[in-house]
Amino acid sequence: MDFGKLFELVVSSSLVNNYVFTMFLGLCIFFGVSKKMETAIGMSITFTTVMMISAAISWMVFKFIMVPLNIEYLMIIVFIGIVAGLVQGSDTVMRKVAPDLYNKLGIYLALISTNCIILAVPLSSVGNKYNFIETIAFALGSGLGFSLAMIIMASIREKLELAEVPGPFKGLPMAFVITGLIALAFTGFSGLITL
Amino acid sequence: MAEATEEQVSYWELIKNGILKENTIFRLALSLCPAIAVTNNVKNGFFMGLAVVLVQVMVNFTISAMRKFIHQRIRLPIFMLVISGWVTIVNLVMDAAVPDVYREVGMYIQLIVAFASILARAEMFASKNRIVPSVFDGIGMGTGFFIALMIISAFRELIGKGQLWGFPIIDAKPLLILILPAGGFFAVGILMAAFNWVYAKYFSSGGHSH
Repeated sequence: MDFGKLFELVVSSSLVNNYVFTMFLGLCIFFGVSKKMETAIGMSITFTTVMMISAAISWMVFKFIMVPLNIEYLMIIVFIGIVAGLVQGSDTVMRKVAPDLYNKLGIYLALISTNCIILAVPLSSVGNKYNFIETIAFALGSGLGFSLAMIIMASIREKLELAEVPGPFKGLPMAFVITGLIALAFTGFSGLITL
Repeated sequence: MAEATEEQVSYWELIKNGILKENTIFRLALSLCPAIAVTNNVKNGFFMGLAVVLVQVMVNFTISAMRKFIHQRIRLPIFMLVISGWVTIVNLVMDAAVPDVYREVGMYIQLIVAFASILARAEMFASKNRIVPSVFDGIGMGTGFFIALMIISAFRELIGKGQLWGFPIIDAKPLLILILPAGGFFAVGILMAAFNWVYAKYFSSGGHSH
């Protein structure tokens, strides 16, 4: 196992190819949940955890069930099924095992299945032919990148509440323009690592 | 949408609802990912929009046709199954029909599965209505999305490159930033503000804010 390569993968998927700012995925959740710092952090933790687990399961199902059966073309259906099942399952388990945690993070679980990043990670891990460890590193990096984006955005939006924004720009349009500025800054990371 | 369950509701109203009142991108702010990712030129936007219209209409049709057989408690998994089935079909068709466009937008076509708007229409409309209104509702919502994509991509390609569908239109120094990935956010932000402004001014009596 090559730690240098794994580290590069984490950095590249969190900064250089940040899903929110350079690939434009997960925007619905990104704009919907980034109004308050507290919810942004809760969402980030839940999301990163669920994504790593779902990427691992998806990889195993793809490698050990779908490839031998020659049904790779069904991967969209299978992966969305895995995500939905995982979300439902962890919802039930968490409610029974860790009610405190469930009260804090449970509401974010339900939202996760509408987040396209969670589906994009297994799809591109299959597309790039990552092995198991690389898939986990890739999912971790993507989760960290999403968390970073959420936290930056939430801290800006909390300040924005006090700013005077022109009428039609109030709310989402302004959030879009801000995201554009951050995305512009993130293009500075391109070329940091070439895999 | 309560009044839409009656048969008197006109199909034109359903279509208009999807395009204006509940425009997926500009009004509901759902399914934003492709609105930014694939709109750097009109051609990509066109095929992406087409894929969404197809999926929305076919999903509404299928769900509406099956609505009597779907048990309430397991309806969401079934909706997901229907949606991902149709997305797989559209995905394979696009791959075969327009391979050069597919190379750029393929990933986002696969991710139509996770569109909140498609699931929402299946849940809110198609599972409660007859087939024909459901199909028209699908056409309306899909067309609203399609038009939004076309507006965004035309705006970006025209100003960012001075072209439309690859043909040169404006002979001036283009504003390159709109073609850059980050420019997508600016374009959507500006257009959304414009849409809000027009809507508040002409289509609703009360002011609107998100």
